Amino acid sequence: MMSYILRRIAYAIPILIGVNVITFVLFFVVNTPDDMARMHLGMKHVTDTAIEKWKQDRGYDKPVLWNHDAKSLEKITNTIFYENSVKLFVFDFGRSDDGRDISYDISQRMWPSLAISVPSLLIGLLTYITFGLTLAFFRGSYVDVSGVVLCVIMMSISGLFYIIGGQYLIGKALHLVPISGYDTGFNAIKFIILPVLVGLVGAIGSSTRWYRTIFLEEMGKDYVRTARAKGLSEVQVLYRHVFMNGLIPILTGVVVILPSLFMGSLITESFFAIPGLGSYTIDAINSQDFAIVRSMVFLGSVLYIIGLILTDISYTIADPRVRLN
Amino acid sequence: MSDSGKTFIGVLCALLLCSACEKSPWNNPYPASESNLNIYYDLFSERPKHLDPVSSYSANEYVFLGQIYEPPLQYHFLKRPYELIPLTATKVPEPIYYDKEGNKLEGDAPPEMVDKAVYRISIKPGILYQPHPAFARDINNKYFYHNLGRPDLENIHTLADFKLVGTRELTANDYIYQIKRMAHPKVHSPIAGLMGKYILGLNDYAKQLSEVIKDNANSDYINLNDYDLPGVKLIDDYTFEITLTQKYPQFRYWLSMSFFAPMPWEADYFYSQPGMSEKNITLDWYPVGTGPFMLTENNPNRRMVLERNPNFHGETYPEEGEPEDYASGLLEDAGKALPFIDKAVYSLEKESIPAWNKFLQGYYDTSGIVSDSFDQAVTFNAQGDAELTGEMQEKGIHLLSAVTTSTYYMGFNMADDVIGGNSERARLLRQAISIAVDYEEYISIFANGRGMPAQGPIPPGIFGNLEGDAGINPYVYRWQNNKPVRLPIERAKELMIQAGYPNGRDKDSGQQLVLNLDTPAAGPGSKSGFDWFRKQFAKLGINLIVRATDYNRFQEKMNKGTEQIYQWGWNADYPDPENFFFLLYGPNAKVDHHGENASNYKNKKFDSLFNQMKSMDNSPERQKIINQMVDIVRKDAPWLWGYHPVGFSLTHAWYKNAKPNLMANNTLKYKRIDPVLRNQKRLEWNQPVWWPIALGIVLFVLILLPAIVSYRRKETKSIL
Repeated sequence: MMSYILRRIAYAIPILIGVNVITFVLFFVVNTPDDMARMHLGMKHVTDTAIEKWKQDRGYDKPVLWNHDAKSLEKITNTIFYENSVKLFVFDFGRSDDGRDISYDISQRMWPSLAISVPSLLIGLLTYITFGLTLAFFRGSYVDVSGVVLCVIMMSISGLFYIIGGQYLIGKALHLVPISGYDTGFNAIKFIILPVLVGLVGAIGSSTRWYRTIFLEEMGKDYVRTARAKGLSEVQVLYRHVFMNGLIPILTGVVVILPSLFMGSLITESFFAIPGLGSYTIDAINSQDFAIVRSMVFLGSVLYIIGLILTDISYTIADPRVRLN
Repeated sequence: MSDSGKTFIGVLCALLLCSACEKSPWNNPYPASESNLNIYYDLFSERPKHLDPVSSYSANEYVFLGQIYEPPLQYHFLKRPYELIPLTATKVPEPIYYDKEGNKLEGDAPPEMVDKAVYRISIKPGILYQPHPAFARDINNKYFYHNLGRPDLENIHTLADFKLVGTRELTANDYIYQIKRMAHPKVHSPIAGLMGKYILGLNDYAKQLSEVIKDNANSDYINLNDYDLPGVKLIDDYTFEITLTQKYPQFRYWLSMSFFAPMPWEADYFYSQPGMSEKNITLDWYPVGTGPFMLTENNPNRRMVLERNPNFHGETYPEEGEPEDYASGLLEDAGKALPFIDKAVYSLEKESIPAWNKFLQGYYDTSGIVSDSFDQAVTFNAQGDAELTGEMQEKGIHLLSAVTTSTYYMGFNMADDVIGGNSERARLLRQAISIAVDYEEYISIFANGRGMPAQGPIPPGIFGNLEGDAGINPYVYRWQNNKPVRLPIERAKELMIQAGYPNGRDKDSGQQLVLNLDTPAAGPGSKSGFDWFRKQFAKLGINLIVRATDYNRFQEKMNKGTEQIYQWGWNADYPDPENFFFLLYGPNAKVDHHGENASNYKNKKFDSLFNQMKSMDNSPERQKIINQMVDIVRKDAPWLWGYHPVGFSLTHAWYKNAKPNLMANNTLKYKRIDPVLRNQKRLEWNQPVWWPIALGIVLFVLILLPAIVSYRRKETKSIL
């Protein structure tokens, strides 16, 4: 298994270089260093000299990909791309365009993101699996039919509706929790309830249907018939056998997103004023801060690759027949 | 029930009881212990980029900087028109003019005779800085934190981690130090270029500092006290002089802005020590000033907190105002010591809907009104005046409105072959369009009536703006029934015929006239606005094509002068007509000079009058010149004058001394809060409602019950 993991890590390097190049090209096609300077220096009284100084200070006065005037290897190394990209591979994210240490900011902002995403994942899994199992349990009955119809309706509604509706109902009309905001430590709990609940309700339709499908597929298999023939109750069949065997597709969906939980959610964090990494990324895009954008895209890619490797490993744990080689 | 289950329920009950004990609503986003404290609550939607007063040039940054830093002058809180008064200065400085020979010129000397203008500023003694580690000293009177290395900062993460603080008296040299910082190549002051034109030797000083930086590449700190700037001179500890190379009466207004706030060298040195910026401990993040408040928490990802500066030198509430201020209770606090509040908490609120709802719940003391909430908050009576809806009145909310010192206009690129230039044909075409585009309708549809159609470049409240019949633009309006009335569209069509475009077609070629509106706005939100503009141009038979692009490309077009028509706006830096006329001054043309004249308008007569006007003090003579300048630009019509937005804001009943002041940034010190009333209203408005949740649970169980019963029946049923 070790050699498999090492090989996957080696494969990741060209992927990360590719992601970096694409991010770089896309960003600089839309924004020139002059645009970035103007965005940072403001709209009034900005002179050409000020723009040049700003670029010079941040190394954006260099050629983008190829430095004709430099000698030998410096033709590549003395460019914006090289200077901004190489350090990423040792996780040195450098400084944002307004001078902040990106690594420090990430280390601060990942906690609020985790505070929302971890409970959302855990409570969500518990809820969706329970609902999925319940619908599978009452398959064909009015509970199943009405549950599926409700799921289809719920998955057809925009996520934004759940956010605004949740804020209106729970925060504004019922006055149960704050509409938005965040705090540290235990005080964070009252701010987390609503975004977690909204995330939960927003995804309940699609997730419940997905888990119901998985369990129904399992319930049609021979081992289930055998279990029933043994005289096990339907509850025992469902929880001891169907649930355990349905774990592999569940793992596929869950383990891959585990590392990405750090990255937060763009819309949820923005609406609930959660100071996480999702809002960090969206702010950086809006303020054309390339240093943060490239760091977050790189980090997202790394975490996604880690998620895929973890998924593969988890297969071997969930199903002893799977071998990594 | 298991033990852990019992524990969980116990903890939950304890938490619920605790929250009930504290008498704070459940949806209160602030700690219950703060409920009755003298704290002001507000929001911010965008993270401040700079808190270094020499770099900051944005309204969302001034909200904080204005309360922390104290430039020599400030605007009177209540008086209108806006009046400069001393802040740390002993009086508003009067410039002394000198000719080329160094002779002092008496009175208001003509600008061509002035070679130097000297502003001597005296500051009040005894003003202390806020407590700050940069001033902390040890028993030997040496600076405690001025010799730090990276290892010393191992356990330091924020400024609050430095245990010792100190202070010292404000001196004139701190103002000089700050002016020198404008030229610092690493600081990027946005007004360095502008001030370089006026302050003697500032540009050369910037070059000198660049050389110094090159020679000391390993050091992050330059002691600016070691390098003299000819344009500033220290007279004594409390007096300094600024020398300008020309007459520039508007310079006094700059002295009320944070660019000219004092900067102690100790702070600059402290923040430049190795490892500080790696910890994000910089002057851009932790300001140090003498103002009534100091920034005690800077987490712009969540909230920013200002607290009363214990070393504040003291100031009293104004004792004079406008006549209506007495009636509205704005002078009830006259003569009382400032500031009134102990703490101001600004929470990050990126989206307008939650912000608005939290204001209605009493968790923000004041709020603007976005379009989505406008109908809920404001209604127009039969006379067309805005008033609060019944819901707002029941809550005791107050509405404040003021015409802003801003202008939103549609500009023509005067370098364009069709719409621009000085030909009579192009001028008539622009005048016709000026009549056709009905800004009264635009304001009604797209700004919820929150705007005043502009008659020229100068907004109301700025010297030079005339009201009534004398102030209307005769090329677009006529005065009728005591109000300006837009000229009929037939007049615009006549002008089109005179211009050679009958029914919008070129009289020679017969081709329909096609004009292009270049805009950075795109997306469905902007479509209705552009459709409206198309209809306005179509009244004259003109086909308006909207060329939407991203903001960067739009900027590029503007810089190259390839746009044809564009929309833009300007917010006054200071209350002087020069700050608006310079947007039409030829030597400021964007294409040729990279200035702020985006229309690239050039008119020799206008430019000459501008040069004359800008150096004059407000007087009837100046008004005459302004009138001539306004007449010229109205006739040439390089802009559709657009409108001046009217700012609406709402305040709760517990929020006192609210008067819009569009020039002053330091108004927090005048605000007063009644925290007892606020807490009472919060409790009244935010009683938790539980029954829908209980009903939901009951319904859920009821739905499942028949299925469970049926299952149990099935499970227990015998086969035989």
